[in-house]
Amino acid sequence: MSIKNVTRRGVIKTGAAAGAGLALPTYLSAASHTGFTNAPGNDKVTLGFNVPQTGAYADEGADELRAYELAVEHLNGGGDGGMLSTFSSQVLDGTGILGRKVEYVTGDTQTKSDAARASAKSMIEKDGAIMITGGSSSGVAVAVQGLCQEAGVIFMAGLTHSNDTTGKDKKANGFRHFFNGYMSAAALAPVLAKNYGNDRKAYHLTADYTWGWTQQESIAAATEALGWQTVNNVLTPLAATDFSSYIAPVLNSGADVLVLNHYGGNMVNSLTNAVQFGLREKMVDNKQFEIVVPLYSRLMAKGAGANVKGIFGSTNWHWSLQDEGSKAFVKSFGTKYGFPPSQAAHTCYVQTLLYADAVQRGGSFNPCSVGEALEGFEFDGLGNGPTLYRAEDHQCFKDVLVVKGKENPTSEFDLLEIVEITPRAQVEYAPDHPMFAGGQLGSCNPGA
Amino acid sequence: MLGLDKKDSTLLLIVVALTMLAPFILNPFPTESGLAQFNAGYPDLMQRFVIFGIFAIGFNILFGLTGYLSFGHAAFLGIGSYSAVWMFKLLSMNIIPAILLSVVIAGIFALVIGFVSLRRTGIYFSILTLAFAQMSFALAYSVLTPLTNGETGLQLTLNDPRILGISQTADGSIPVTNLFGLEMRGAFDLVVGPWSFTFSAGYYVCAVVMLLAFYMSIRIFRSPFGLMLRAIKSNQQRLNYTGLNPKPYTLAAFVISGMYAGLAGGLMAAMDPLAGAERMQWTASGEVVLMTILGGAGTLIGPVLGAGMIKYFENIFSKINDNVLHSWFSFMPDGLEDSVVFIIHPFVGKGWHLTLGIIFMLVVTFLPGGLVEGGQRIARLFRRKKTVEPKSAKTEPAE
Repeated sequence: MSIKNVTRRGVIKTGAAAGAGLALPTYLSAASHTGFTNAPGNDKVTLGFNVPQTGAYADEGADELRAYELAVEHLNGGGDGGMLSTFSSQVLDGTGILGRKVEYVTGDTQTKSDAARASAKSMIEKDGAIMITGGSSSGVAVAVQGLCQEAGVIFMAGLTHSNDTTGKDKKANGFRHFFNGYMSAAALAPVLAKNYGNDRKAYHLTADYTWGWTQQESIAAATEALGWQTVNNVLTPLAATDFSSYIAPVLNSGADVLVLNHYGGNMVNSLTNAVQFGLREKMVDNKQFEIVVPLYSRLMAKGAGANVKGIFGSTNWHWSLQDEGSKAFVKSFGTKYGFPPSQAAHTCYVQTLLYADAVQRGGSFNPCSVGEALEGFEFDGLGNGPTLYRAEDHQCFKDVLVVKGKENPTSEFDLLEIVEITPRAQVEYAPDHPMFAGGQLGSCNPGA
Repeated sequence: MLGLDKKDSTLLLIVVALTMLAPFILNPFPTESGLAQFNAGYPDLMQRFVIFGIFAIGFNILFGLTGYLSFGHAAFLGIGSYSAVWMFKLLSMNIIPAILLSVVIAGIFALVIGFVSLRRTGIYFSILTLAFAQMSFALAYSVLTPLTNGETGLQLTLNDPRILGISQTADGSIPVTNLFGLEMRGAFDLVVGPWSFTFSAGYYVCAVVMLLAFYMSIRIFRSPFGLMLRAIKSNQQRLNYTGLNPKPYTLAAFVISGMYAGLAGGLMAAMDPLAGAERMQWTASGEVVLMTILGGAGTLIGPVLGAGMIKYFENIFSKINDNVLHSWFSFMPDGLEDSVVFIIHPFVGKGWHLTLGIIFMLVVTFLPGGLVEGGQRIARLFRRKKTVEPKSAKTEPAE
């Protein structure tokens, strides 16, 4: 490349161009319309449903989407109204939200933070979505929650179980109804101690990513408090499909309980391997060897088939619950789709209703008003008994279900039975609990 | 102009016009019409178009010129992103230091990985790069979690030091990435009748960088260095026999294209300050190969077109759900409507991969030179009379 001669004229020209370039920022600086991001018009409002439609959690995603569609139908006055009639707050009347018809757009997160953010951004920037909800993995939920905070819209988390979502990575614009690793452990540990005794040695296999670590940390702490020992914790790569090489060392470790901190396809595979190795028939020091799966879902139980029989775990909600809210939801979901909803569907449906209700009560779509209406909100009738949206970390506190794989399932959906409904008081923790410390909510961001 | 011949100048001017007028070109349909679904003129997607354009341009310098097929280029993109986010966390929210660091770090990694991988050619080279990329992915995903925040991805927090900036703004939120005060998030809407056009500051910053990258790539293509790279592609053995050592040239090309990828990664982080490990996965590396081949490997504009096409499908087609389909065909009688929706359904929404796959197959089968060859054929139809084509007009498509 050539070196040009520097001329006086050239210098002046370049200088002028550079000056104009530097002055541009003051002219272009950020948008200045008042109010908040994507303020809806007078006749309709758009919600963004961002779920995994491809990839490992596509099953959960599909069920979440069904629940969202059902929620929109109910909000607009269609169907049988579902939980609207059992919800303790009765401000929603089937005329949409604040008199505006509810519309929605969908997107595919692909269970990848990047794709999820791209999809959420297009909903916010292109489709004018006022609220984003969804996610079937904690990594995605945390990433999208961060985006919504920056963009100034509300994020209603779907299925995300990591402590970090409302711990280290909590955000003022993000809200979670689903329970978390700590609550699973706090509910599960006493049941385990009651059934298997206080003198047990646990061996952990843990999915090697954020959710797995927080889950393992929680369950180890809770069981150790009841006298158990943790023999070993082995991290397994998320992409692993064959766990034989991780199961073999368990046999000679002296442990008598195997805890599988796995979810989705991982859990299906590791549990199947463990059963194939004959772990469940094994006796260690005259004690029956046991397997525990801290986070259960019906879709996973279906994948693992007969292997889940008698195995303990915890879940956020189950369709066999007999309260009015659950019955109403299962009925309208079943009428529309022909099978009972999963816990992912339940939490997504409830989150949509909670958002709509908060807008209605606060009288505005402004994220700050919605946040204020949700913070410290006590409600009932949505399937989990009396529930509190805690103001300090935007986490819902409610009863947790301890479940067990059913010995004699009566149908392909009847795979789990409820062992105990752990009361809310037992799973509560302080907002500054060490497992949740390190993050700040910040202040609510209404956007532009 | 700028040391380019007439043909290249025209091409550059066309690209300048296309990028500068993109907000108009990509939003051809009125906002309230049914076809607005196909509008792509919103900031995030426009930014993605040009950023992946840069990535593909860089990849093309290696693959299009030397014929070395790297299956691990996404690693450099990811490394660029991580470097940029760390710069935002530690130094300041100005994008200049972040982008500079991302280019430099990606360059260093490219030098190391290239030095090892380029000891082999052909499929062995591809596998080596793939292995390195998967190693980087695994490291970022779990092993180096303190540095990369693992699966969740590296994000900004309110406690970051930001030595030359502020940790948090007065109202308690994370500051926004900017270029000397010009906020990347800043945008203004121009409403003309039923149309609405969004001009985003971030997009124009990316577009200017893309034009510079494009200009650089033209200069490399037309330089003696570029000629040398083509010689390597056409017959490396012959080159060896003439007494020339091709290694420094291929390594230089590898590092340059790695730096382009780092630049793209840095820009991505500048537009949206998050770096996730998936950015380095082998599927992401494969995507840039697809972009380049779809557009036309070895051509100047091809990779940019290919990048645009894939990103368009990923972001626009994936969002067409059954609801949207039903609203399009609602004019038909019920039974017919349902069957039409049933037929189209597998190709849109979550089935966008399928549509893209079919298009890719068709392009590779019937237009081996990619979209650029398609354009050339159409152009040839319109000026049959001119039988002799100017020599400089054609760049050899890759095999």
